[in-house]
Formats: sequence, C-alpha cells, structure tokens
Amino acid sequence: MMKKLLIGLFALLPTFAMAAGPSVPLLEANHDLTDNASLQRGAKLFMNYCLGCHQMQYQRYETTFRDIGIPVEIGKDTLIFDDSKVGGHIRNAMDIDDAAKWFGAAPPDLTLVARVRGADWVYTYLKSFYVDESRPFGVNNSVFPLVGMPHALQELQGVPTAEFEEVEEHGVKVQKVKSITTDGSGELSADEYDQAVRDLTNFLAYVGEPSRLQSEAMGIKVLGFLIIFFILAFLLKKEYWRDVH
Amino acid sequence: MTAKVDKPGAFGAVLNWIDDRIPMTRVWNMHIAQYPAPKNFNFWYLFGSLAILVLVNQILTGIWLTMNYVPSGEGAFASIEYIMRDVEYGWLLRYLHSTGASAFFIVVYLHMFRGMIYGSYQKPRELLWVFGMLIFLALMAEAFMGYLLPWGQMSFWGAQVIISLFGAIPVIGDDLTLWIRGDYVISGATLNRFFALHVIALPLVLVILVFLHIVALHEVGSNNPDGIDIKRKKGSVAEEDKSKFKFHEYYTSKKDIVDAIPFHPYYTVKDILGVVGFLILFCWVVFFVPEMNGFFLEAPNFEAANPLKTPEHIFPVWYFTPYYAILRAIPDKLLGVIAMGVSIAVLALLPWLDRCKVRSIRYRSGIHKLNIAQFVVTFFILGWAGATPQTVTSTILSQICTVTYFMFFVLLFVYSKNENTKPLPTRLTK
Repeated sequence: MMKKLLIGLFALLPTFAMAAGPSVPLLEANHDLTDNASLQRGAKLFMNYCLGCHQMQYQRYETTFRDIGIPVEIGKDTLIFDDSKVGGHIRNAMDIDDAAKWFGAAPPDLTLVARVRGADWVYTYLKSFYVDESRPFGVNNSVFPLVGMPHALQELQGVPTAEFEEVEEHGVKVQKVKSITTDGSGELSADEYDQAVRDLTNFLAYVGEPSRLQSEAMGIKVLGFLIIFFILAFLLKKEYWRDVH
Repeated sequence: MTAKVDKPGAFGAVLNWIDDRIPMTRVWNMHIAQYPAPKNFNFWYLFGSLAILVLVNQILTGIWLTMNYVPSGEGAFASIEYIMRDVEYGWLLRYLHSTGASAFFIVVYLHMFRGMIYGSYQKPRELLWVFGMLIFLALMAEAFMGYLLPWGQMSFWGAQVIISLFGAIPVIGDDLTLWIRGDYVISGATLNRFFALHVIALPLVLVILVFLHIVALHEVGSNNPDGIDIKRKKGSVAEEDKSKFKFHEYYTSKKDIVDAIPFHPYYTVKDILGVVGFLILFCWVVFFVPEMNGFFLEAPNFEAANPLKTPEHIFPVWYFTPYYAILRAIPDKLLGVIAMGVSIAVLALLPWLDRCKVRSIRYRSGIHKLNIAQFVVTFFILGWAGATPQTVTSTILSQICTVTYFMFFVLLFVYSKNENTKPLPTRLTK
C-alpha cells in the first residue's frame, strides 16, 4: 500500500509543473476564423514547428484541409510529412513514455488547447518565452513559469530576453517579467512574428472547435426562422384568444 | 359518460374503429380539448410545458449521441471528439444535449418558483408537489451521472468530490462509496454504470414520474395566479356566471366551473408562443455560445480525465452550486453533507410548512413577500459562492446565506399560521 502511494506521489511530480502558473494579463489574440490564408499559414507552422512533439489526435488531415480551403492533393504533398493517410489523425511518432522522460511531462495533445486555455492564452504564451539559463532548455515562459518546453519558434523570433521589475505580491517582493525583446537574429521581424503567432493561434482555435463557423452560419438561419415563427405564433394566439377576452 | 357519438366519413370510421378499442377521443377530450384550465395563466405558467419540451429534446438527442458514444475509460473522451468532428451534425446533437441539461434546470427552477409564489403546493396539490420534487431529485441524479460521461477533467474530479461525500456517513460510508464507484477510484467501471443509469434507468424513472405528475395535476386541476378555486360546489354558481365553454362531463358533472377555458386550443397556441420564445434563447446559446462562458461547458472538461492531475479548482456545474456552497459553508464534513441533503429535502415539505389558507403571493402579507425575496437573493448568492474559489468573504457569505436559506422555511412555518392576508377575490382577476 505504502509503495503504491509513493509511486502515485512520484507520478504526480512532473505534472505539477504542468499546472497553470500565476495569472498574467493576457494579450488579445484578435484571430479570425474566416481568414483561410491565416489558417493555412497557421497549419503550415503547426506541421513544421509543433507536430514533432504535439499531436492533434482527434483531428484528421483531410477534414482540416477541406475546412481551411487547401485542396486535398496539395495538402497531402505539402503538409503531411510522414506516411500518414490523408484520412488519418494528425499524429507523430513520439513515444509518450520517452517524451515524459525527456521533458519531465509528455507534451500535451493540442487538439483542444484553445478550448481549455483560451485563444488569448495561447497567443500570449507563444510570445512569452525568454532566455533563462537555469532551465534545462535555456528558456522560461512568463505565462507558464518553469514550462518543460523549449522555445520551438526561436528561429523565427530570434533570442528573446526579458527585462524584470520588482513588484510586491501579497507583501512579498518578487521579480516579474516587464517586457521581452529579441536580438533580431530571427527570420521574422517583430510584427511578422506577431502575425505568425496569430496565425498559429487561429489554426489552434479552429482545430479546437471545427464546427464553429458552420454552427454560426446555421444559427443565423435558425434564429431567422424562429423569429418569423414567433410573429406568426403571436398572431395566432391573439386570434384565438379573442374568444376569451 | 356521454354516449359514444359515431363520427361521419372515412376518417370518422377510422376514429370509430380505434375508439371502440382504446379510449382515444375520450382521453383527448378529457385531458386536452375539454380540460378546464384557469383563464388567467401568466408568463410563469409556461415552464411546465417547456420542461416537457426539454425532456423530449434530451431523450431524442441522447438517443443519437448514444449511437456514437463509447462508454469506456479508454474510449469515452475520444468518442465525444469523434462526435464533434466526424459525425455529421454531431456537434449540433452534442450542443443541443449539453445546453439542454442547463436549460432543463433553468425551466425547472422557474417552474418550482412559480409553485412557491402562487402557493401551488398547498392542499389539495401536496402530492403533485411531492411528485415534482421526486422529478427534481431524479433530474439531479440524471445530470450528475451524465456529466461524468464526457470523461473530461471536471467530469472525473467533480464525480470524485461528490461521491466521496457519501464517505462522510458513519460506519457504512467507505463501503458505500466503494459500492457506488464499483472501484477504489472513479474508473471505467464507474463510467459504465453511470452510463447505464443515465441512458436507461433514470430516464425511465423521469418519464414515469412526469406522467404521474400530470395525472395528479389533472385530478386536482391547475392552481392559478390568484390562488382561488375555479371549481365550485355543484349548484352554487348562477347559470350566467358559469364558463361558456364546453368542458368534459367528468368535470362538469361534479362541479360548477367558473373562469375556465379549454386547454386546447387556448393554451396550446399560447404554449407554442412560449416554446418559440424559449427556442430563440436556447438556439442562440446552442449555435453561438454553447460554453456559455464556462457555465454550461467548463473549460477544464475539454481535457481528458487524468487521475494523476487535480485541476486547480473543482466546481460542479452551475445548477448544483447553491447546494455545494451550503456543503462548503459548514466546516464539518458530515454536517455539511446533512445540511446539503436537508436543503433539498426541506422543499418537499413546503405543503406542510406553509400553514396559510391563502395561496397566492398577491394576497399574502408583506412579510411573506419579503421572505420570498430574501430566499431568491440567498439562492443567487449561494449559487455564486459555490462557483467561486473559496475565500474568507465567500465562506462568510455562504454561511450567512445557509442560515437565511433555512430561515426561509422556519419563518414561513411561524408566520403562516396567523398571517395578515388580504381579502380574496370571488372570481379570477386578469
């Protein structure tokens, strides 16, 4: 029994690092699900920079291509890097147990990350990495302190360094990230990086709930029908109730 | 009983054939077309029919969800995402069902509140009220078990917290929780039995109780916003004061009826208006904001259940939060569980706690109105407190409101005996 308990406790250790950190003010993602070009760029970024570690095990390639306007043949040739079937789920070859050893916790599945955390959180998180030599991968994150993930987009953003300020929290002085600047060594300018992160966030928001646009388009028709029906039902009721009044 | 009138024509022949075998026309007339309903039903009287609408919605969407849902610890979460992504209009079925769960509680709470303000639970409608309370209990069990099925983090940990409450019961507690879970922790075994109860046992109980609720309603007749009887002693009403509509002999042979109208077509057309109005709000949620800002679908539940990772905060869904706040307000676990149970059970005793002879709030005392108002405020504060991380303020507020919640019933019992009521009208007002 004691042994089981200890194993259980140890199993908990790495996952504590996964718990959401202190709340920092989030930036607004301002993403647009109707912008197919943005979604396509986001998909490209995801397949190139994220999929190596993070899966989307509930989402299929073909549905994704169809929904964001990529012809299936082109998607098959340009966005599927392994021998996955186009009708298959967006998976990688990483072994969960290995991954847990390498990173302290297995990289979470990202199908629903935008629904669990919110798009603004994803957007802010991707912009909040900064150099911290005390961490295993040399970077930390102000939205998700002590995160077990390297800065996957560093070649795009460049090397980000943080400026700290001292603030008082519950009577204790703590160091907080004030701003993050990059050294300009990345492939993208600051504005371009923002846009890239927005595209990626947009894509993750789409994958979180692929039915969103279809739902809203149908919702408008349904509500329109119901409002007309309401007027007719009101007139019908008034007509019948003449006898009562 | 009226002599059977043969209906003419080919359609009439079919009806005659059926009526000779089951009492179709008689039941239709007795309970729909010639059923006397008070003519002054207002907005508050829409929620009974709306509750039936939501029940039908839950059953139909539930059947279709069941076709693709996999009730196992390994498959449940993935099958929900399969429904959301790969099943044609699966997202619609799922949102109709998840929004329907919350809508059910909204209409049922409003329906119960109607009963409270117009004293509908008073004699002779005690059993009607008790059946209603049983429906409410079955609904809570149904919702609780249904919430485990998506097998997300909140499903898992919410069930963990609630089932562990039974562990507070002395002597049998631990064995009882083990018996409920079917395992030492919440597991696939728990999920499977909750699935069975959610899709077969409890819906069956619900439908039977709803049937009995309506049978009881039609036996005693509806109350109304004035809380006075529309069925008077035979022979006590002058001919010109009697309702001019035709009602079934079953009612008119025993009583004189005033201020009534047939349920159909008057209340069917009115209920259609209510149904469409309700659907406008309901569909707005379903199509545009199914998460309802985390109230209808909680964000942590989009993460698969993980027994090794406790969410930062564990909350029940909004409709349970008032009782959850009462539970948390009391430092002792067993006393908390008892208080929570009593807070629900005491509602069933309303017909006997309220000793006033006047039913409707319209003609009752100022203190009664104040008491009901404070009860509403209390209920909302408790609902808020149960959905917030515990702080000193929220705990103190929950404790105050736990007292005021129970004081509603105590005070009602005390002042209702000799209440200073207004004179009742002899006929229904508008």
